[in-house]
Amino acid sequence: MENTRTAPSVLTARAAGLIGCTQCGRVQTPGAARCIRCGSVLQSRDEASLQKVWAWFFAGLVVYVPANIYPMLRTSSLGKTTDSTILGGVIDLIHHGSIGIALIVFFASIVIPVGKFIAIAYLALSIRHRVKLSDHRRHILYEIVEFVGRWSMIDVFVVAILAALVQLDFAAHINPGIAAVSFALSVAFTMMSAQSFDPRLIWDANKGNPA
Amino acid sequence: MTPNVPDVTLADSLPDPAKLIACPQCDALHLDADLPIGSTSRCVRCHTVLESPRQLALTRIVMLAAAALILMIAAIFFPFLELHAAGRIQRSSLLDTVMAFSTGMTAPLTLAMAALIVILPVTRFVSLIYVLAPMAFGWTPARHASRAFRIAEALRPWAMAEVFIVGVAVALVKVAGLAHLSIGPAFWAFVALVIVTVLKDNFMCRVTVWKTLEQRRPS
Ligand SMILES: [Zn+2]
Ligand SMILES: [Zn+2]
Repeated sequence: MENTRTAPSVLTARAAGLIGCTQCGRVQTPGAARCIRCGSVLQSRDEASLQKVWAWFFAGLVVYVPANIYPMLRTSSLGKTTDSTILGGVIDLIHHGSIGIALIVFFASIVIPVGKFIAIAYLALSIRHRVKLSDHRRHILYEIVEFVGRWSMIDVFVVAILAALVQLDFAAHINPGIAAVSFALSVAFTMMSAQSFDPRLIWDANKGNPA
Repeated sequence: MTPNVPDVTLADSLPDPAKLIACPQCDALHLDADLPIGSTSRCVRCHTVLESPRQLALTRIVMLAAAALILMIAAIFFPFLELHAAGRIQRSSLLDTVMAFSTGMTAPLTLAMAALIVILPVTRFVSLIYVLAPMAFGWTPARHASRAFRIAEALRPWAMAEVFIVGVAVALVKVAGLAHLSIGPAFWAFVALVIVTVLKDNFMCRVTVWKTLEQRRPS
């Protein structure tokens, strides 16, 4: 494919002294606060983007810690109460022989959240610092982070369904643990972090100022 | 797959801004040609889809959104899953699932669950029908159509019906050892709802909808 690092033919709206709308693509002269086509707020670049990204990032990181320590599920069966954490739930599934399902939960609850923290930090740092990955690769990474984030919610839904199904009047009884709340918050905060990122910054970073 | 919109090369001979389109992802300028139905234009730099007009797309989206709305009503009121254990039957509806967090320290999750599974998807369906039905009939846009469509698009990542259905699958496996489980009609309604939602979102091209709204707006 073509080398994206040296693409002199591409002119951005900003370099042309115009503003492009990130919602509908409409190009307009600077001055208006809102897009004339769709009414979205216009910004040549979201100047506060990185600050918002880092704020949501650290909020997500802080609530991610208790999500892994405290129990996700509390199962009471015949007078015995067992707590299981996120990782414990995955191990239980492996013991039951459900390797496929264990893999789904492992990816959704451990690989995706951890990978997302790393990817968001990498993308945000790459705006100010020189990195190896090309603009195009980083853009693909950004799209993956945006697409995949919501799927981490699977385990929270699993806990809700189990708790609804296995009620008091049965031999076993399942209650949601406090980790379900902090994990759900962590997923929401990292989604906000990824959404705050202005992908146009990726393409600006290595260019200098094309005046 | 080929970018059929030429990129703008020279800053000094720039045409009218209204005849340009900026890539929403990377800000690269392109000439905004009218695309033939069925074709797709992509950004020359980051390959993001700029526009992909489809035959009768608006009518199809409205019909799919209406179908999704009906399926959601079925999914809420019919039994979702049934658990058989120790000679008893525990039926649980979607509503029970939402209410699972309603006691103790996990109570705030109840509202979040209701929002992610039911309220946000329903809000999206209703606002899409509100915005696109007049477009499909060739009328002028409804009042506040722009705002309604902006809300529908902003809610897109937060409407998690398809994530929920994977969660159900995982829960079924986890519970299988504990008791006998059967699937209620609401489960299938919800599966159909997810399929319809994915189809609908594939038909939708944000830029095309905005352009149509702009053209039909009475001036
Ligand atoms: Zn706009
Ligand atoms: Zn682009």
